Amino acid sequence: MSFRVEVRLRPDQPDARGRAARAELRDAGLDVAEVRSVRGFALALPGPADDAARAAERIATEVLCDPIVETYHLLADDEPPPTEDGTDHRVDVAKKAGVMDPAADGVVRAVRAAGLPLVAARTYSAWLVRGDVDADSLAAAAARALGNEAIEEISADGDRVVHAVMTPDEPPFERTTVPLPDDDEALAAVSDDGGLSLSPEEMRTIRAHFRELGRDPTDVELETIAQTWSEHCKHKTLAGAVEIDGRRYENMLKETIFAATRELALPWCVSVFVDNAGVVAFDDEYHVTFKVETHNHPSAIEPYGGAGTGIGGVLRDTMGTGLGARPIVSTDVFCFGPPDLPRDRVPAGALHPLRVLKGVVAGVRDYGNRMGIPTANGAVVFDERYTGNPLVHCGSVGLLPADKVEKAARPGDLVVVAGGRTGRDGIHGATFSSRELHSESETLDSGAVQIGNAITEKRVLDAMLQARDRGLYSCVTDCGAGGLSSAVGEMAERCGAEVDLETVPLKYAGLTYPEIWISEAQERMVFSVPPEHEAELLALFASEDVEATVIGRFTDSGRLVLRFRGEEVGDLDLGFLHDGVPKVTRRATVRVPSAAEPALDAPDDLGAALHRVLAHPDVASKEWIVRQYDHEVQAGSVVKPFAGDGERSPTDAAVVKPRLDSYAGVAISNGIAPRTGEIDPYAMGLLAIDEAFRNVIAVGARADRVALLDNFCAGNCERPEILGDVTRVAEACRDAALALKAPFVSGKDSLNNEYRTEHGTAAIPTTILISAIAHVDDVRRAVTSPLKGEESRLVLVGATRAELGGSTWYALHGELGRSVPRVDLDVSRRTFAAMSGLARDGLLRACHDLSDGGLAVAAAEMTFGAAVGASLDLAAVPRADGPEGPDVARDDVLLFSESPTRFLCEVAPEDLARVTKALGDVPHAVVGETIPERRLRVRGLGGDVVIDQAADALHETFRAALDFGSPAEDPSRTTGPEGSR
Amino acid sequence: MKPRILILRAAGINCDVETAYAFERHGAATEAIHVNRLLSDERTLDDFDGLAIPGGFSYGDDVAAGKVLAVELAHHLSDAILALIDRGGIVLGICNGFQVLVKLGILPGVETPIGRQEATLTDNASNRYEDRWVVLESASDRSIFCRKGERLRMPVAHGEGRYVPRDETMHAAIVENDRVAFRYTTAGGGEPSYPDDPNGSFDHVAGLVDRTGRVLGLMPHPERAMFALHEPARGAGFAAPTSLDEDLGDGAVVFRNAVEHLRG
Repeated sequence: MSFRVEVRLRPDQPDARGRAARAELRDAGLDVAEVRSVRGFALALPGPADDAARAAERIATEVLCDPIVETYHLLADDEPPPTEDGTDHRVDVAKKAGVMDPAADGVVRAVRAAGLPLVAARTYSAWLVRGDVDADSLAAAAARALGNEAIEEISADGDRVVHAVMTPDEPPFERTTVPLPDDDEALAAVSDDGGLSLSPEEMRTIRAHFRELGRDPTDVELETIAQTWSEHCKHKTLAGAVEIDGRRYENMLKETIFAATRELALPWCVSVFVDNAGVVAFDDEYHVTFKVETHNHPSAIEPYGGAGTGIGGVLRDTMGTGLGARPIVSTDVFCFGPPDLPRDRVPAGALHPLRVLKGVVAGVRDYGNRMGIPTANGAVVFDERYTGNPLVHCGSVGLLPADKVEKAARPGDLVVVAGGRTGRDGIHGATFSSRELHSESETLDSGAVQIGNAITEKRVLDAMLQARDRGLYSCVTDCGAGGLSSAVGEMAERCGAEVDLETVPLKYAGLTYPEIWISEAQERMVFSVPPEHEAELLALFASEDVEATVIGRFTDSGRLVLRFRGEEVGDLDLGFLHDGVPKVTRRATVRVPSAAEPALDAPDDLGAALHRVLAHPDVASKEWIVRQYDHEVQAGSVVKPFAGDGERSPTDAAVVKPRLDSYAGVAISNGIAPRTGEIDPYAMGLLAIDEAFRNVIAVGARADRVALLDNFCAGNCERPEILGDVTRVAEACRDAALALKAPFVSGKDSLNNEYRTEHGTAAIPTTILISAIAHVDDVRRAVTSPLKGEESRLVLVGATRAELGGSTWYALHGELGRSVPRVDLDVSRRTFAAMSGLARDGLLRACHDLSDGGLAVAAAEMTFGAAVGASLDLAAVPRADGPEGPDVARDDVLLFSESPTRFLCEVAPEDLARVTKALGDVPHAVVGETIPERRLRVRGLGGDVVIDQAADALHETFRAALDFGSPAEDPSRTTGPEGSR
Repeated sequence: MKPRILILRAAGINCDVETAYAFERHGAATEAIHVNRLLSDERTLDDFDGLAIPGGFSYGDDVAAGKVLAVELAHHLSDAILALIDRGGIVLGICNGFQVLVKLGILPGVETPIGRQEATLTDNASNRYEDRWVVLESASDRSIFCRKGERLRMPVAHGEGRYVPRDETMHAAIVENDRVAFRYTTAGGGEPSYPDDPNGSFDHVAGLVDRTGRVLGLMPHPERAMFALHEPARGAGFAAPTSLDEDLGDGAVVFRNAVEHLRG
């Protein structure tokens, strides 16, 4: 028997969800008078109709409906929902068949706990709409605002009814081989038709290999090679040969970034570039791990699911590092189109940037918060070229016992898959991410979209850490891109494995054996388990409600053997699989900047100018986003995203103490400056590193214990100018790492970030994200940004030059310029060392780095959360001539220049002499002091006061610019049982 | 003899480690036990002097916050929990744990027999999950966890924390019977509006106690304010703690008082 229970709020209850839905519809261009929300549950119950109906009634009252604020309707079979007075339309949003429905798991669990029978459940939402609109335009607006057609069925006034049980047909099993034709064009078509993303040369290599074996590959063998050789898994472009400017790299990444790490050979680097994350030493008992991943293409199509599974994936990277690290903090960096982009500038088939932003934030929130990992740091940058192809970077720091670094699957160990079941979700994710997006991606590639279930992953985490500490497995890795094919293939690389694919637990019947093997269904980890621990491990996982299944065995054959129902469907040589990808030499060219330096007039009102800069989306407060993330769970956060009174001052980096019983900590930060790359990608690379470094130094980390991660995102590297950008950035990474003695310990690249429309292909700006993790000896000495005391001196560290190329100030004028900020690595090395010493010696009351918006923004932000204000004198600012820019001796240039390696420090008067001595020949000067009034006051070069603004007014500009949906209508109103009071 | 506190674990509960630590640093012994073990042997609770239901998202909170775990406990553990209370034990529900206790009917527990839901914690008026620091005022004479009138700073982090009583009469009974443990307030003790009251709770209720004063549920997280270093508004007057033992934030008082009460 099937039933539906539709739960709605009592009429006297305020419907915050409905109000939000109405606002979303309005943003999508449809004004309606009112929207009320309905939570729908489709239930399948066993037994005779009467018993089933009684059980359904009890499920509704005892489990699904909150008796205080809600009422429900119980509907049998296809019974239509009751019509309501004052409702003109109804919108239904239900997940498509096969799409993960995590909420249904909770329903089943609760119903069983209540001792009631239930076969299956499915959840949906409905919206009751009052307003004079037609059903078609409502359906169209709902598709933009209330759901996503990539994963959901959305209808207005439709008569389709959701049913709980959906059973796809079981396809007959047939072992399939794929002939590889002699004709090269026909051969290339095999890759294209199969969505394999293999190049013609790779296809020829595969053909030669199987010709030698005297047979055709099976479908699953070809898929395995495609997954393993994908750009996503192999990074073959950047690890390939590159010719640039007469120089030649045989392996570009290896000879730049890896080479620097090797040359530095720092003893605290425990594991670099080999495991799922980089590992650096923390204390005697623990190491910390760090990894940042991108999840760009899935987030473009389904922002909520894409970002959620992005977080889920990088957390599994942490769990799959060594024998399993425990995630302790997350960081996220997003690149979106402008949130206020006119709708007619959004390319066909792409989602509006604000839709993407809201979906991504919700995805990170729901996954990260449920997993109980604080998201304590991040950044967002905006540029129209990210509209069709947003960037979603998800980073995870983990804590790993020092004796759990080494791992290896041994012949004879069992292959155990644990966690989520395998379904048809995420087929071809690895190869999909290696292609460009286009206007039909949403429909063609929706199989590549995944919805995560954070609670399943949390269960796996809880169970596996116990198994780790009991020594029940010898190796672990996560199931990420490429699914089991990549995970098992990787673990078996140095031995061999055989897998029986029919033993893999499935979400539903009907998967073919290649689908089982390459599915990227979420929340799965693969373990190698010595046979003597099999029973204990399976029992432990069962006690935590984690499904774990033996699916095969590691061997010493050097081969990867796949069987389905006893028949061999694949037998691959692991040597060929991992080392057979053909080497390609690509040409790269060095960019010549095209923009000229603009000649802007000095603004009349610098106070108004500062307000404009504070409202620029790159600068403006990300509070609306940040507060939706749990940044304090695990009780380790010491420097949070905001500090000071009312948590109003943004901080530079997260400081976390991973152990409750120790004051040792880590600082985590990011640096990203995509606009500058258009002028000079080498300069951009140095700037991103300088920014990440500044941020950890500003909060009091050690300058000699900074480890870095690189994340490259770029367009198609077959184009020499794009590969040239990337190569120049890699060279900057090498130079900076060596100069600052800061090794890269892990990295990632995501290429082919392009969006194709009928007008041509738009690539993102080549983007480098640098993430830093640094040691903090004693978190009690951590420094925050808000000003703390009266009569403090404000010391500006670092020289200001006329460097506005790529700055926020120029961006506000629609200019790029060419006076890109230039990092002097020798100066930055000495500056960071000196600043780190000041923090260690407790000489900094407050400190903030100068970043987007320059000195003016940094000073303003330091006043937001302070009980005092600040007064600055621009004549005292240490300055130097730049080679390209306008005259530095201008108030607007001194205020808004984005010269690197600068800090604004609050110093007690009695400490000033010590600070000056410690800074030595690092450029610095006292540029002002704190004042009792909560204002920012700036005296210009001419001696007049050029800015005199209330801190609260500046903060309101800063806060409100990216406030997307203040609490609906009147949040301050306390709502009661009657909606009164 | 150290008081023994059972820290409840379940899929999605994620504040168990720090909640256990917060009890232990004030002299309790804790054991984290998975709900599956309690369900299979309800006498497990007999060995303990207290039960803590930590924060998190039990079973994903997808039906409604805390609902699924509440249904599980209602059918298998209600008696054991009531017996613990009857023999003088303490129960602390933080955030998701508070939602569970309210949906179980144990809090506020004005009517007898206990078990019918008298209030709820539902979607924030903002329709958003938010993590931010708030000021609480302790409002109850009977709570053993905090002295009436004390003001504490600690963070909230929830999307479903808006307290709604069954009706006005019920709320009057709750107030009359001294069941309001904490209200949101402002730094100066004034009437709060958003964001000082972060979720739009009726009468600004942030926490409830039962008739014994030994069962407390609250939306804010005292364990995330157990160290002075947790405070984000560390200003000029902030003195860095000299040792972990002296590193006491406002939230520490809740755990210290609970342990001291059990020690007698």
